[in-house]
Amino acid sequence: MFHLALKMLMGDRAKYIMLVGGLTFSALLMTQQTAVFQGLLSWTTSHLRNMRAPLWVVEAHVDYANETKPLRDTDVNRVRSVKGVDFAVPMYQGILKARAFDGSDKQVMIIGLHGATLFGRPPQMLAGNLETLRLPNTVVIDELGVQRLSAGRKKPIGLGDTFEINDREARVVGICRTERHFFGYPYVFTSYDQALQYAPRQRKMLSLILASPKPGVTPAEAARRISAETGLKAYTSDEFAKVTVAYIWKNTGIPMSFMTTIILGFIVGVAVSGQTFYSFVLENLRHLGALKAMGASTWTLARMLLLQAFTAGFIGYGMGVGITAAFGYAVLPGGQPPFVLEASSLIRTAVAIVVICFFAALLGIRKVAKLEPAVVFRG
Amino acid sequence: MKPESKSAVTASGVTKSFGVGDSRTVALKGTDFHAAEGELHLVVGPSGCGKTTLLSVVAGTLKWDAGDIQVLGTKLNGLSPSEITAFRGEHIGFIFQQFNLIPTLSCVENVSVPLLLNGTKRAAAERKAAELLELVGLGDKGRKRPTELSGGQQQRVAIARALSHEPRLLICDEPTSALDSETGHQIMDLLSTAARSPGRCVIIVTHDPRIYGYADRITAMEDGRLKHVLAGDPLKQFVQSHR
Ligand SMILES: Nc1ncnc2c1ncn2[C@@H]1O[C@H](COP(=O)(O)OP(=O)(O)OP(=O)(O)O)[C@@H](O)[C@H]1O
Ligand SMILES: [Mg+2]
Repeated sequence: MFHLALKMLMGDRAKYIMLVGGLTFSALLMTQQTAVFQGLLSWTTSHLRNMRAPLWVVEAHVDYANETKPLRDTDVNRVRSVKGVDFAVPMYQGILKARAFDGSDKQVMIIGLHGATLFGRPPQMLAGNLETLRLPNTVVIDELGVQRLSAGRKKPIGLGDTFEINDREARVVGICRTERHFFGYPYVFTSYDQALQYAPRQRKMLSLILASPKPGVTPAEAARRISAETGLKAYTSDEFAKVTVAYIWKNTGIPMSFMTTIILGFIVGVAVSGQTFYSFVLENLRHLGALKAMGASTWTLARMLLLQAFTAGFIGYGMGVGITAAFGYAVLPGGQPPFVLEASSLIRTAVAIVVICFFAALLGIRKVAKLEPAVVFRG
Repeated sequence: MKPESKSAVTASGVTKSFGVGDSRTVALKGTDFHAAEGELHLVVGPSGCGKTTLLSVVAGTLKWDAGDIQVLGTKLNGLSPSEITAFRGEHIGFIFQQFNLIPTLSCVENVSVPLLLNGTKRAAAERKAAELLELVGLGDKGRKRPTELSGGQQQRVAIARALSHEPRLLICDEPTSALDSETGHQIMDLLSTAARSPGRCVIIVTHDPRIYGYADRITAMEDGRLKHVLAGDPLKQFVQSHR
């Protein structure tokens, strides 16, 4: 009987396409928007992965990873003297104006790394040598920097080429790979002392302190001690990522607007699929009544409807997720929009589609359960 | 009719009303009805007298209010709804005025439905269905959809479907009234030959005097009650008078 149920479903081309289309659209909207949202969230913490420090010490009022409030120079030593801290180094971080070859200004994220250790170094060098940063007026830029600062050049900017940061010369001695920063600025790495040369003079220039715990001390324990003893705020990398994501959830409209789209996807799924399937059942009510007269139990008919709804759901889910994955493959190399497709979001979408199909089938089953088989005798 | 023939359907004092209050209609007002195995039994009467309602009730597709109904030796009064459904599926075949074939399925698939509902495997059901289509003269139309056939051909598919699981009771409501006279006679020929067997009772509700001649017995109804039953010579006279 069940092969006939599938034939009945697919035989009604228009409704079948509408049903699968609605479910596809719904699954697509839910997974794709979740993936872009997760991608965007991953950007908010990319800074932490680009610097890879176990401990981040910031001013007490800093709320999330991409915010800086300057510290006193003496704070570095205060952190160093906390028990359980192996070492602590200063870091400068600021957005400055760089001048490309064609004279246009580009905003860049300057990272000043502690000169002796270069701690907080980018994860992957593509060309040149990071150690060369110890020479004056040298910088290492990332691929986005290459792209932006090449404006007006015949060849892309490379090793040995120069540009200006705040009217001072910067010579490229390395190219590195970074994860894109939430604010979208290219990274320009230099030494801490050099960064102070580039940056406009202010009373306090220290942005934050990167530190590492002594062997045998967990980062969490070290962070707790630093916070307690210095009055600064110390986070492990994971903690900082968590508070950053929490901050985005609480203080920006971003999650809300994505949620709205995702919920809309669900509602469209429920409405279109529920409505289409229900009208499919209504249209077939005479035939379902005839089957009932011929001895099909309500339970048999219910299973037929469930099979029909879930078949459409399965195909719609597959197509929606497939299109999302294709979208991901298309945009990932370009890095924009951000895209992180997690197994958990595939499962969430699957659950949503199951709920939609169950709801749609239930509408039909209610109708069929109440159906008197004698209707088939009426004209 | 031989007096010793066994009863297929016995209904006594059946009442059925629809709706409540002002809109209440009493369709059956204590009807008696009797049909025997092996006979082709027509139920006739003016529009609205309760023919379809009686048929729905004895077929177990409609709940009734009072009275006793016994079909093929089983008292329907004592069965639960799911038992009645299973009973229908096993023992009763249906033919409707509007054919009620499923348009998205092929003729073979339509005919196989009662067999599948009775647990026959797909391959065997389709083989049997093809045989039955052959029997009703549509052996070459098995892969076609019902909508590609004429009304008379569709009704023949419906007859094949109704016979596929070899039911002992065949219930037909106005099987010829959607068809022209010529086609109606072809359908009645089929019903009075292929559909008949010694153990099977065929009950046909009709408005159509042209088919009275096919009957072994006629039950006439009026206003929710049995008016009279005709067989033998009185039946012949009745048929003559409607020529
Ligand atoms: N489902 C229903 N709801 C309300 N009233 C009904 C229903 N079914 C039948 N009736 C009423 O019951 C009465 C008998 O109807 P029924 O269909 O049995 O008559 P019939 O003899 O088959 O008529 P026809 O020859 O026109 O088919 C009619 O008055 C009809 O309006
Ligand atoms: Mg009727």
